[in-house]
Amino acid sequence: MNKRIEEAYEKRPKNWIYNTALFVIVIILIAWSASCIETSGATSGGGQIALNVIKGIFTPDLSFLFNLTTSGVPYLMLETICIAFLGTIVGAILSIPVAFISASNLTPKPVAFVGRMLVMAVRTIPAFVYGLMFIRVTGPGAFAGLLTMGVCSIGMITKMYIEAIEDLDTHVIESLDAAGCNTWQKIRYGILPQLLPNFASTAIYRFDINLRDATILGMVGAGGFGAPLIFAMNAYRWHEAGAILAGLIVLILIMEYISTKIRVKLTRG
Amino acid sequence: MSLYDKIFKPKVYTLPNGKSVEKKASRAPIYVIVILLMCALSVKITGFDMQMLVSRIGQFFVILADMFPPKISYMKAVWEPLFDTIKMSLIGSLAGSLLAVPFAMLASTNVCPNKVIVSVVRIMFSIVRTLPTIVTALVATLIFGLGTLAGTIAIAIFSFAYIGKLTYEEIETVDMGAFEAMEAMGATKTRAFISAIVPQVLPFFLSNCLFNFEGNVRYAAVLGYVGAGGIGIILNERIGWRDYPSVGMMLIALFVTVFIIESISRYFRKKLV
Repeated sequence: MNKRIEEAYEKRPKNWIYNTALFVIVIILIAWSASCIETSGATSGGGQIALNVIKGIFTPDLSFLFNLTTSGVPYLMLETICIAFLGTIVGAILSIPVAFISASNLTPKPVAFVGRMLVMAVRTIPAFVYGLMFIRVTGPGAFAGLLTMGVCSIGMITKMYIEAIEDLDTHVIESLDAAGCNTWQKIRYGILPQLLPNFASTAIYRFDINLRDATILGMVGAGGFGAPLIFAMNAYRWHEAGAILAGLIVLILIMEYISTKIRVKLTRG
Repeated sequence: MSLYDKIFKPKVYTLPNGKSVEKKASRAPIYVIVILLMCALSVKITGFDMQMLVSRIGQFFVILADMFPPKISYMKAVWEPLFDTIKMSLIGSLAGSLLAVPFAMLASTNVCPNKVIVSVVRIMFSIVRTLPTIVTALVATLIFGLGTLAGTIAIAIFSFAYIGKLTYEEIETVDMGAFEAMEAMGATKTRAFISAIVPQVLPFFLSNCLFNFEGNVRYAAVLGYVGAGGIGIILNERIGWRDYPSVGMMLIALFVTVFIIESISRYFRKKLV
């Protein structure tokens, strides 16, 4: 018995050439990219700045944090939630037709490929470029922010919608067909119940990400807490930045908790 | 029976064999109302205006149209920042992912028996994950100066939190039978971990690392906006000068790079899992 185990062990597939080659390539890549670690730019005051940052973040500006007018943190957070919420809805709606075009089980291969390429191109353009484009349309403010967020969400949402569509169980539709249902009934009882929980779960997940990414919008003046945060940091007003970050961390943790709850409920039915 | 079911009575069907079954009233109306209310609030606060969007959407394509045809001669200025972006993402993702491993072990209940340590490490992961990468990049530029190092550190911090969370979730769902068997045969805990848990987790870990790297390449383009190195710096500069043909060239270069990296990473991820 033992001998047979040893024999089998000796006969195990050996692909050490492939593994070594991979290993060498990875090491070369790392050595090549190590050149980006240059410390020449480090200033001697770096340590002091780091200390100030930490001090500011742990002692947030309380009057700013609990200021209930439109310039306080709570309102900024509310505005950010609204931007992320509508942005996600816009993105989720725009993604539906794109996803159906790009799903390879519904459309011919070339069309699906073009659809996927289009989605990738949309994803490649950085958020602040979209921000600038939309500011031309609506002027600076939350409206531009939500449109940017919508377009930025398309990439990921579409990708997950496509997966959901490709996983569709076609047997259900066939049996509805056999039972004599018309197209509308097939969609209503065969397709929607399969897709809706998935789609909703994806949208909620993206809403979480959008809340986090809302900082980027602020850089181009597209609303939310991003602009005040970046201004405060550039002006070294760390207590103010600390107040916004504290608000943000609490907000994101709460939202993550709620959205995980809803998503667990959605997947378990 | 909840309050909702008391107000909206469930529909009762009587089956041919005399039994009756209840079908609870659909909850959909509540969800629809909640979502509509939130939409209404959001529309009010953000100033969403369909009319303006429809009438002025043409403006959106003005910059996009200016980008074509892209200025091909600008490509020679793009190579270096583009490679910087890839380098930053590679080293940053690598450092973050490696650093995440010991913390992920501390955060999984089946490896670390101490509940206090587990929850402390988990809370740390969540808090680090909420920090926007652009903020860590900005802080890093203030500490380490403008340049690729700041971007690398920001990416490493993000990767640390992202990979850490996925890895501890992966370690927790591992089959502990092999680990217990090895311990029973007299192996030390470390030895058992290496031989029984690592082989189960490694493919998923590597796959997550590749996915993270892929995403970071795309994200690194944004970091240049705060001066943290890479292609974002010249992208921001050219946009400031309204030199859109060059911007178009850069976006095409970025698109091709991301496409190549994504294809390679997808190939290896398929092989791994």
